[in-house]
Amino acid sequence: MTEVEVPMNSNTAQKIDIDLQSEEGVDQYLTFCLAGEEYGINILKVQEIRGWSEVTPMPNTPASILGVINLRGTVVPIVELRSHFNLPEVPPSPTTVIIVVKAVEANGNQRTMGMVVDAVSEVHNIAAEEIQPPPQIGEAGDQRAIAGLTTMEQHMIILLDVDDLMINGVLGLLDDESGA
Amino acid sequence: MSMDLSEFLDVFLEECFEGLEAMESGLLHLDAGTDLEEINTIFRAAHSIKGGSAAFGFNHISEFTHVMETLLDELRDGSRQVDENIVDLLLASVDILREMVDGLKEESTPDEVRVAELKKALEAALGNHSEESPATGEHQLWKILFSPCPDLFREGNDPLRIFEALEELGTLEVQTDASTLPPLSALDPATCHLRWEAILESTATEEQIHETFSWVEENCDLKISRIEDKGEQPPVAEKETKKQPAPETPAPAPKPVVAVKAKPAKPSANRESSSIRVAIEKVDLLINLMGELVITQSMLNQVGLDLAQEGGQKAEVLLNGLAQLERNTRELQENMLQIRMLPISVAFNRFPRLVRDLCGKMGKKVDLVLSGEQTEVDKTVLEKIGDPLVHLVRNSLDHGLETSEVRAAKGKPEQGRLELSAQHESGNIVIRITDDGAGLDREKILKKAIEQGLVSDKDELSEERIDNLIFQPGFSTAEQVSDLSGRGVGMDVVKRNISDLGGTVSIQSRQGKGSTVVIRLPLTLAILDGQLASIGEDTYILPLISIIESLQIRPENLKCVTGSTELYRFRDEYIPVMRLNKLLGSQCGTDNLDQGLLVVVESEGQHAGLFIDKLQGQQQVVIKSLEANFQQLEGVSGATILGDGRVALILDIPGLVQLFHKTRNSNPAAALAAAS
Repeated sequence: MTEVEVPMNSNTAQKIDIDLQSEEGVDQYLTFCLAGEEYGINILKVQEIRGWSEVTPMPNTPASILGVINLRGTVVPIVELRSHFNLPEVPPSPTTVIIVVKAVEANGNQRTMGMVVDAVSEVHNIAAEEIQPPPQIGEAGDQRAIAGLTTMEQHMIILLDVDDLMINGVLGLLDDESGA
Repeated sequence: MSMDLSEFLDVFLEECFEGLEAMESGLLHLDAGTDLEEINTIFRAAHSIKGGSAAFGFNHISEFTHVMETLLDELRDGSRQVDENIVDLLLASVDILREMVDGLKEESTPDEVRVAELKKALEAALGNHSEESPATGEHQLWKILFSPCPDLFREGNDPLRIFEALEELGTLEVQTDASTLPPLSALDPATCHLRWEAILESTATEEQIHETFSWVEENCDLKISRIEDKGEQPPVAEKETKKQPAPETPAPAPKPVVAVKAKPAKPSANRESSSIRVAIEKVDLLINLMGELVITQSMLNQVGLDLAQEGGQKAEVLLNGLAQLERNTRELQENMLQIRMLPISVAFNRFPRLVRDLCGKMGKKVDLVLSGEQTEVDKTVLEKIGDPLVHLVRNSLDHGLETSEVRAAKGKPEQGRLELSAQHESGNIVIRITDDGAGLDREKILKKAIEQGLVSDKDELSEERIDNLIFQPGFSTAEQVSDLSGRGVGMDVVKRNISDLGGTVSIQSRQGKGSTVVIRLPLTLAILDGQLASIGEDTYILPLISIIESLQIRPENLKCVTGSTELYRFRDEYIPVMRLNKLLGSQCGTDNLDQGLLVVVESEGQHAGLFIDKLQGQQQVVIKSLEANFQQLEGVSGATILGDGRVALILDIPGLVQLFHKTRNSNPAAALAAAS
């Protein structure tokens, strides 16, 4: 058993137990809340979870890119997931955290990026057969990054593909802008 | 027994390139006057490439190098004189060899036809001289005396293998001479006390026999002699290979071939400096950590100063400690950056060869003078400055320097002079390329520039402005397009490469007397002298190198053109006012021109005014890449971390100016006014 320290805000820290010895075909997902919905990302993509801190804004970037922070000497871009998914924006609360993830490009390049979420919740073991493919629905927001859906204790969890979300979704946005 | 050699391959390749460089520079020195040590250096380089490539099983390389080595060996022992043909041949071989080694790296196959041709040429050169090499195909008797040094076993060599290899060449009889063997009690089993005498009956040449010993050649006394008739003892061709060549070997007569020489003479004696090979990533990691330390230090400093103001007994101790820390970090940082520094000679070394080749092609006579080669500069800068320098030197040779006849007609010395110099000047490295050629033809440049619409014929341009027009994109005055220059891609690329490195380039020309290109580069790409500027709460860094001055705006000097473009009268020129907050799409910052400052910056020879809220201090900042986790942004060249741990963006002035023009493009009239 390993423990991951999750700062819920600067004063309290919650500990989540993670059983790293997962069975075959079962992946662990870190789930978080965003505008009342629960999302999950593969825990192997997560580098760390940080409390909310001020960011340095970057010029002429889409609104969903908040800016950059200093992560122990590395300059890390921060994405506001709410605004990326066209959800209403809210001011940061004590539970607001930045999940720092490692997104891998098609060419193997690894980028460290952060995403702002309302709160982190839990780590679930989810077997591959429990995951349903995402339904084809044409509604607002970025659908591409959704890897699948699953149900856990009557909740629906939306599983996100971090690489797709960060590389195609977020950085791709910039390419579109510069191309226009 | 098979060993995985792949992990050593990189080291081998690196050594090969170093060896090739050493060979090339050595060969060029052979022109100016031959020194035995020089030939030895070339020989050693060839020898280790041969050995290494054979160990890795790159037989095409080892075989080729072998032929070169044989030729070099003859030069070394004086049985052949240095002449231009041989030098040319060897230089061409170095080129081919480099291609072959490059081929290994990219796993492509070299051009076999050329390799074979050159090898044949080398063999032909060997053949027409080495008449003493015996005809092959005949059985001959060889007597081999092999007396290894005591460390033979410790260096991992096994004489048995050598003899096994010899046996493959023919019939072998070996006798062991154990006369120096100590008594058993004093015997160290790892020390070799034995000598061997072997008689080999074989069709092999002396070279092939030598080859067998190539691994141990440096560690033994080897005598190979041919026995003419069975039973006859006196050797005919005795050859001795020792670590040092016999000192009485006559040095080949110096023969100046082409007047290309590096001067002043380099201290070539002490080539083997003691150094270690470290992967550049490790150094970069250290430098990164160093950057962190500098940031932490400046953070502590700020906190310390605040605390000290509250007073208290310990305050002074704290301040002293902090001052000490600052000194040490600064020193550590300087030394750390020093590790990445290499002498500019690494970039300059290719020029003697280049100039020699180009002069041959163009029929010009040029004396190349290098100076300040020991000036040190960051490895990254060094790598990126090579191509622009080559371009500039080619340009000087092609356009600048005249042919001997023209020079003679003008009353100049027949031999042109091209000078490459480097020196440190206030935290920058300055490289000058000076030729005593024709200089720039201003009329032609102006005509061309007007033709291409770069300037209008009404503009009154200073001589300097005209000269520097050649750095504009798409500009070329070459009447004749040669393979050297004149294709229109040229000086602008040079300029762009240099700007990418954070440097500047300019040209000074004296008509009929020559021209000088001056390149100014930062010593390192890791650190930047920055000016902190604020827009509202946000801090940005302006590179100090591009700032001319900062001033408070006087309303009477401000003009509004076509309603949207603001121009400011700065000395005698009107410069566009770029509002940084608008440019960066920032919500904060003052819009009131009375409340801020105008920073006059220079970008590509043009001035512009950057309107900001206020200036803060100046400091050296560690440059962090935005691209690593994000991507390049227009107008931003990177980021840094301030003393309080916040990230600040480093602004890229030329990028900002471009961004400014882009935003103005919707209004062409305004853009034009702003540009002029």
